[in-house]
Amino acid sequence: MCVVFSFLFGLSLMHKKMEFPFPDEVLEHIFSFIQSDKDRNSVSMVCKSWYEIERWCRRKVFVGNCYAVSPRMVSRRFPEFRSIELKGKPHFADFNLVPDGWGGYVFPWIVEMAGAFPWLEEIKLKRMVVTDESLELIAKSFKKVKVLVLSSCEGFSTDGLGAIAASCKNLEELDLVDCEVDDLSGHWLSHFPESYTSLVSLNISCLVSDEVSFSALERLVGRCTNLRTLRLNRAVPLDKVADILRRAPQLVEFGTGTYAAELRPDVYSDLAGAFSSCKELKSLSGFWDVVPDYLPAIYPVCSKLTSLNLSYATIQSPELIKLVSHCPNLQRLLVLDYIEDSGLEALASSCKDLQELRVFPSDPYGVEPNVSLTERGLVAVSSGCPKLMSVLYFCRQMSNEALVTIAKNRPNFTRFRLCIIEPRTADYLTHEPLDVGFGAIVQYCKELQRLSLSGLLTDRVFEYIGKYAKKLEMLSVAFAGDSDLGLHHVLSGCESLRKLEIRDCPFGDKALLANAARLETMRSLWMSSCAVSFGACKLLGQKMPRLNVEVIDERGPPDSRPESCPVDKLYIYRTIAGPRFDMPPFVWTMEDDPSLLLS
Amino acid sequence: MEGALVLLGDGGGGSSGVSTNESAVLSKVEVVSEAESELELGLSLGGGATGKTKASNSSWEENGRILTAKDFPSSVVSQRTNNGGPSSVAVSGTKRSAESISHDSGSPTAVSQVVGWPPIRAYRVNSFVNQAKTQRGDEEVKPKYDLKKKHNFNGNEKGHLGFVKVNMDGIPIGRKVDLNSHSSYETLAQALEDMFLRSANSLEKEPLTMASKLLDGSSEFVLTYEDKEGDWMLVGDVPWRMFVSSVRRLRIMRTSEANGLAPRFNETSGRQRSKPI
Repeated sequence: MCVVFSFLFGLSLMHKKMEFPFPDEVLEHIFSFIQSDKDRNSVSMVCKSWYEIERWCRRKVFVGNCYAVSPRMVSRRFPEFRSIELKGKPHFADFNLVPDGWGGYVFPWIVEMAGAFPWLEEIKLKRMVVTDESLELIAKSFKKVKVLVLSSCEGFSTDGLGAIAASCKNLEELDLVDCEVDDLSGHWLSHFPESYTSLVSLNISCLVSDEVSFSALERLVGRCTNLRTLRLNRAVPLDKVADILRRAPQLVEFGTGTYAAELRPDVYSDLAGAFSSCKELKSLSGFWDVVPDYLPAIYPVCSKLTSLNLSYATIQSPELIKLVSHCPNLQRLLVLDYIEDSGLEALASSCKDLQELRVFPSDPYGVEPNVSLTERGLVAVSSGCPKLMSVLYFCRQMSNEALVTIAKNRPNFTRFRLCIIEPRTADYLTHEPLDVGFGAIVQYCKELQRLSLSGLLTDRVFEYIGKYAKKLEMLSVAFAGDSDLGLHHVLSGCESLRKLEIRDCPFGDKALLANAARLETMRSLWMSSCAVSFGACKLLGQKMPRLNVEVIDERGPPDSRPESCPVDKLYIYRTIAGPRFDMPPFVWTMEDDPSLLLS
Repeated sequence: MEGALVLLGDGGGGSSGVSTNESAVLSKVEVVSEAESELELGLSLGGGATGKTKASNSSWEENGRILTAKDFPSSVVSQRTNNGGPSSVAVSGTKRSAESISHDSGSPTAVSQVVGWPPIRAYRVNSFVNQAKTQRGDEEVKPKYDLKKKHNFNGNEKGHLGFVKVNMDGIPIGRKVDLNSHSSYETLAQALEDMFLRSANSLEKEPLTMASKLLDGSSEFVLTYEDKEGDWMLVGDVPWRMFVSSVRRLRIMRTSEANGLAPRFNETSGRQRSKPI
């Protein structure tokens, strides 16, 4: 990549000096090696002609905020794209902080593309509202579509999926990740015609109905010999797994359904045999309702596993320890806190290739800890796993000392998300805030791109973050800080910040207004249950025409209260599409000052 | 940060710095009359049929009320509170209830009352809460292999234990409400009132006329729900936990349409409802 860049840099210098002897096609060819969106954007800014060349040959379009730009603008700028990735709702929508009906509708995008881009091959959507109508339009308009990925989307039913199955003859990947699907019946699978054999990846793990057409599923799996990824949903019982695996021994990624059945030796040996025949398996998931005695059936494949998602498996530490000790090549582990500190210590000694760890709470709303999972587990993993880069960890206690140790152990963290379950929990040893601990994280982990804070935190932690977290792109803050200074440190110091989401912090108008220009260099800012007044929102909206300042307030119109009243939720994002018009009644976009729009 | 605020950068349109005017904008307080008449319509499950009562802290007006089974003579008196003790209702439900009436141990429900915290996605909570409650503390993990038992999980069939969809007649956008965060019909009613009727007042378009009809008292709303068997019932007639275990979705229905419900309810009130597990 560096070689290409220095070459490009040289080329751009030549171009600027108008000594450029090569035709555009050469540049186009060179650009084809540049896949990342960021790099493509950089290339397009070198000069006007590079912008032109690049836009005609961009094949993959990424829109991080579907309201930052309009469908028409995208289709005008990139007339030849084949793949589109769109993201809709703010991240906090995952935790129900964004009321239903806020927006993020994909339909207008599909309509725009349907006419002009019949050759579209890939559609990837995240946190968008996708209706059956949209899916039907996709099915009708894009005969060449190969990849459809719906991640955290909602608004559609299995009827829409049936339309896709029936019409998309070239479909290779259908990936439903954590979607909310109205599961009307399992029969949509039968809509894949018998002649259809191109499936490479199918993920239906989020479908909740108990009905699955097993025969349709088995036939589909049987005839799609290129199938590499299959993630079943909970409805598929354990005794069907063996049948399916036998039809698809070439699978690389597999997600079970319910991993429970009456203990029967024949079922067990059937299952173990089926797993053994899968020589290519690298990733396993599913494992709902695990009956521990059936776990050893997967041991034959464990040595090759690089990814294991046990985050639904309510198995206890001893079984988990046994399991991970069979997986020396594990790179990615998702698990419940049943693993406990002891399990994480075992993980640290068995899995030296571990890169990503996520530990979820089994009893998130309980007041008392139900498992022995503390900061010690995280310290152990940070110490024992030299390649660990990404962590999501829920626990109930933490200390500055532990965080400093972790930071020093693992300066290569790129993602560090710590959730201490009780808000504003202090260092359990010293009763101090955890400022120093998180400060160490940002100081030592110079490549940190994503950080989520928790525990008792003052403005000081934000001072550290502003000072050290120069590569930080996304920051999540909750129940932290003392004053606007905190927010000011972050907005003024974190040069790479693109996404900032804040809830329940005493941040108000001053920092926001003082750093208004910074907001145009970020994708978005979310603030809920903070102290930003309606007056400040209006002012920001007026002064910054390239920002949409959305006030979300279910208590009623903000102008029915004094201007100094804080708004409930605030979502600010940069846009070149102007205010949107698909808002529900509880969302208001602050108006731009008309005189500024003319300048 | 003391002193005048400065909007940094070029800003838009070259406006020169922030004068004290803008500070004044920020610091001025508009005095708004508290007595401003903003008729707020209430969901009422308790109280009498006449609207004058100020039910607890709900701000509902005489003219707007959502009727429930209580208003019908033959309704069964609903059991409002959880009885506490071990229940088959998801434990997270009791622990999350704002009321916490049912919380046996009396320990504070600190974490539980905050929306969206801890930051775990709903599907994750829903899926393992069902498993965890039976397996927590057990030496031996009890197998849950009987698929038929799945429907006994508390929550609607969709498996989204906490969240059910709510639609209100005349409002195109449905909402979702987390049943786990309520332990009684009252709090649910309050939440729905906040969600729908306040917004209705602020709408510019059609629903405003609907609201004004409500103000006339010429039409009212009823809260109904669709149960697991697909029947539409009036909310409030069964004990809360039974309701939670059988509700699939909610609908705030115009009384005119719901009239058919009441007699039907009467007919079916004698139906043997299966006891909650």
